[in-house]
Amino acid sequence: MHSVFDPASPQARAVAHLWWWMFGVGAAVWLAVMAAMLLSLRRRRAVRGPDELMQPAPGMDSHIERVVKAATFVTVLILIGFLAFDFSIGRILAQQPVDPLTIELTGHQWWWEVQYANQDLSQRIVTANEMHVPVGQPVRFILRSRDVIHSFWMPNLTGKRDLIPGYQSTIWFQADTAGTYRGQCAEFCGLQHAKMALTIIAQPKAQYQLWYAAAVSAQTEPADSTLLYGQRIFMTSGCSVCHAISGTQAYSTVGPNLTHFKSRTLIASGTLPNTRENVARWVLNPQAIKPGTQMPPSPLSTDQLSALVTYLETLK
Amino acid sequence: MTGPNTNRTLPVEATVAEDDIERDARALETVWGERPGFWSWLTTVDHKTLGKRLIVTAFLMFIAGGIEAALMRAQLSRPENSLIGPDRYNQLFTTHGTTMMFLFAVPIMTAMGLYFVPLMIGARSLAFPRLNAFGYWNFVVAVVFLYVSLFVNTGPDVGWFAYVPLSGPQYSPGHRVDVWAQVVTFTEISALCGAVNVIVTAFKMRAPGMTVNRIPIFVWAQLVVAFMIVFAMPAVATGSTLMLATDRAVSMHWFNPSEGGDALLWQHVFWFFGHPEVYIIFLPALGMITPIIETFCRRKVFGYTPIVMANITTAFFAFGLWVHHMFATPIPELGQSLFTAASILIAIPTGIQIFCWLATMWISRPQLTVPILFVLGFLFTFVNGGITGVMLASVAFDKQAHDTFFVVAHLHYVLLGGGVMPLFGAFYFWFPKMTGRKLSETLGKWHFWLFVIGVNVTFFPMHILGLEGMPRRVYTYLADTGWGPLNLVASIGAATIAISVLLFVINVIVTMRRPVNAGANPWNSSGLEWSVASPPPSYNFLYAPLVESRHPLWDISVDLPVLTGFRTDRREVLVTTTFSAQPDSRHEGPTPSIWPLYLALCMGVVFIGSIFSPWFVLGGVGLSVIGLAGWGWTGSKPSGHERVSTPAAMPERA
Amino acid sequence: MRNAFLILVAIACAGCEREERRLNQPSPPAPTQFVAQVPLQPGPTFVATATEAPFDDNAYGTSEGERLFSQMNCVGCHAHGGGSMGPALMDDQWIYGSDPSQIFASIAEGRANGMPAWKYRLTNEQIWQIVSYVRSLSALTPKGARPSRSDQMMVKPAPAQTPNAKPKRSGPPGGAGH
Repeated sequence: MHSVFDPASPQARAVAHLWWWMFGVGAAVWLAVMAAMLLSLRRRRAVRGPDELMQPAPGMDSHIERVVKAATFVTVLILIGFLAFDFSIGRILAQQPVDPLTIELTGHQWWWEVQYANQDLSQRIVTANEMHVPVGQPVRFILRSRDVIHSFWMPNLTGKRDLIPGYQSTIWFQADTAGTYRGQCAEFCGLQHAKMALTIIAQPKAQYQLWYAAAVSAQTEPADSTLLYGQRIFMTSGCSVCHAISGTQAYSTVGPNLTHFKSRTLIASGTLPNTRENVARWVLNPQAIKPGTQMPPSPLSTDQLSALVTYLETLK
Repeated sequence: MTGPNTNRTLPVEATVAEDDIERDARALETVWGERPGFWSWLTTVDHKTLGKRLIVTAFLMFIAGGIEAALMRAQLSRPENSLIGPDRYNQLFTTHGTTMMFLFAVPIMTAMGLYFVPLMIGARSLAFPRLNAFGYWNFVVAVVFLYVSLFVNTGPDVGWFAYVPLSGPQYSPGHRVDVWAQVVTFTEISALCGAVNVIVTAFKMRAPGMTVNRIPIFVWAQLVVAFMIVFAMPAVATGSTLMLATDRAVSMHWFNPSEGGDALLWQHVFWFFGHPEVYIIFLPALGMITPIIETFCRRKVFGYTPIVMANITTAFFAFGLWVHHMFATPIPELGQSLFTAASILIAIPTGIQIFCWLATMWISRPQLTVPILFVLGFLFTFVNGGITGVMLASVAFDKQAHDTFFVVAHLHYVLLGGGVMPLFGAFYFWFPKMTGRKLSETLGKWHFWLFVIGVNVTFFPMHILGLEGMPRRVYTYLADTGWGPLNLVASIGAATIAISVLLFVINVIVTMRRPVNAGANPWNSSGLEWSVASPPPSYNFLYAPLVESRHPLWDISVDLPVLTGFRTDRREVLVTTTFSAQPDSRHEGPTPSIWPLYLALCMGVVFIGSIFSPWFVLGGVGLSVIGLAGWGWTGSKPSGHERVSTPAAMPERA
Repeated sequence: MRNAFLILVAIACAGCEREERRLNQPSPPAPTQFVAQVPLQPGPTFVATATEAPFDDNAYGTSEGERLFSQMNCVGCHAHGGGSMGPALMDDQWIYGSDPSQIFASIAEGRANGMPAWKYRLTNEQIWQIVSYVRSLSALTPKGARPSRSDQMMVKPAPAQTPNAKPKRSGPPGGAGH
């Protein structure tokens, strides 16, 4: 699933290739050392056996000296060869992307703020924790942090890069295979570091464009009275103080943007599948699922909760 | 000879009369011996007593850290387990790392040095016995402070490496991180005291004739590590005691980007210490392997000079690797490449040492005693860890493996395989010397097999878990990640390790009930420490042995010639020249004293108090001044230091 | 000996509360309905009973209050305690009282001249956390639980290093209280 052994980009493939070579050579070296060790015991004596000291034999010593020198020489060759191989892989990964899609990723405790950069403001997307990228086009991430150090890591697609407050770093990859890829924050960042996952969905270009067009659009006003009631609960019960939904009066940037919330596969930064029951559970008491998260429990009655979740279900 | 001695020359004697031996032994025991009682326990400056005490205390920390690990493995054995919540888990893994790295690994390696270096070089004590006591008591303050804090919910929870800004004042409210910062302070003071002692003792108190070329490899390793401590520890003290503590307590901005500070500065300062730290743990263990191999292969080790040079080279290289902990940060790639090269090349000197040992075993006839079994376990486990270390040196691969369970696997393979396994072997080897009894071989073999199997069953699956996407420092994981089965295997391995360590503890307890019957040299080994009784008398050596080779007890078929003529009315030690170990002067060593303990408690007031108020710092420093005066008080006694000249019968410098 | 032991126990207990992270706990209740908005009372002077703010001696709760103070844009009117459009929060003038229940009421109910009512937007626990943070700005809470400097620009001394600003017998602006 999210594995270094399952590369979906040329970057990850280069590293997997490097890994298998290192594994092969490393295993061979380990086996050689183990063989030498076991064979060296072939003339062992019993623990309570004869105790006399071995006298050094000059002929044997100079012979074994040659062997040790040869082993050292071979070790140096293997290591230098590995160094050269590694540098060549590094050169491949150091190439700059041509005409990349740029996504700005900001790390928060404990969720990912995603913005698709665009000169035209009406074409910017602000979302959270889940993003779509086109297959076959380089995607460059600009990484920042709002609070502590986090780390962006998608094992199938690329190695990791830290998000450090006060710094702006970049990383890029190109997804070659369509699919859904999972990653997790890889730098200890506090109480819910364990539940700070993110999802990247790589789609063929045409599907990606469709997704993009839908994502850029604002949500439509609900027509149904139940939905209007649900939206009112969203606006007045404290949700709108932290969450924004494009096309409504909610525009706070404190918490994850909930525009097109229903189109996401997972909620709570990759913690739960996006189903009605999970959303209701999460809204009622996030602390039971992610203790320490910044979202407080909601003092809603059953009816109010039901209406709110129904409204959220319409945010496709 | 007793009484004020104006002799400027110390006679060399091939044999000493039995009556003289008895008389001198009794007199020396009077001067050097420890009185019974609690006050004597508090004031002792005997390096063997303090060494054993430090070994026991540090081993208790190993057990404490192991309990923390067991709890963590229990929590991680199943996905979405609710045994331990995130806050408690964060405290557990932080305390586990801090305990193992600062309170177990470095102190126990230092302790082995403080106990054995004087015995191996023919000295009666360390160069600075009271400093040794001061170092031990600072360590005790660290232990008590950390564990009391843990039990009052103030245990640190930001990882043993405490990255800012998470460990900074805004994101770690309260005093948990302040506790961590000061625990580091005390352990750093303790380590520096030990290092200074080892350096001066090894350079200036070797037995006459023990030229630099004849220093035992164990002592070489301790000496090299002592220098590493002197250069590395101040870095972490600057980071934690100076920078992090002042950021938190008095609003300094070392790590505040909004005011010109830099979050990456912490990482550089910490890892400049952090990387040499693991070699500080690892090199003494390597130093223990050579005497074990020599003794049980019944042969001098092949390649004394290459092994010594490899130790020194490793120590130098170790200071040039630290950025490999930071490959995921936005540091220029050209700079990162330098550290890749250094991290790969450091495998070469370590490899040379391993080849020398394999060569020694190949051309000799090894006996598979428990110490040798642990050496074999070291080879089996550490070589694996060393190879994954070389893999992690690659920036490209490290970016996939960094901060995942792959690194957890690597670090435990090298620390348990390369540090703890030789240490256990050393315990079995030197236990008779320290206590006069041999540990049970049968229990030892059970301990060995369960430990090696446990370590590999616990940590091998973690390589796979890391590459399957599991990051470190997570209190739980989702079921559909598929990480459950391997985590369960790892947890079962952890239980195996726990059982093996329990067997070792039982072995020690059972053995200590047996009578003292090991004799001076039960293994027929070659070092000077095996020439004295087991356990050694309080004065170590009756007279100064004359050393004429690297293996004093193997190269002489009769008793060692000795240098006599020392005073027996005061604690007299012989000081020799640095490289050729010619007798240089006689020096009066200090008597037991309460001032090291007092001063260590003052350090406690200063640094623990600094968390709460600057007035404690002022008050503590004032109290310390009294302690320093008391410590160094010599009254109206004349200085106890006289030059001697090289006796005529002394062999020429070889 | 006994006193020393008691002191040690006291220090130990101090740590327990200060360091506690109350995750997923039921919220402390809002204070009772009737709190005096001004200290002036007819007849004998009413001394408001000091209510315990649940997070006054809890470092984590106070730091959550600091986070909320910024996220809810209290800084927009109160700056970082120095005040601008809104009154200063780090001095000894308390228009509506410095007692925790009075501050809770000020935040929850809102006040004249622009203080919004947060009752329907924040949970009780969140408001209590902000109460403790506001009190820490003028050093009314125990020192160990007050936040130290933030990772922002240094616009005020850290509450942990602020001298105690004991509230005067406060009244409406213009200083008519007695």
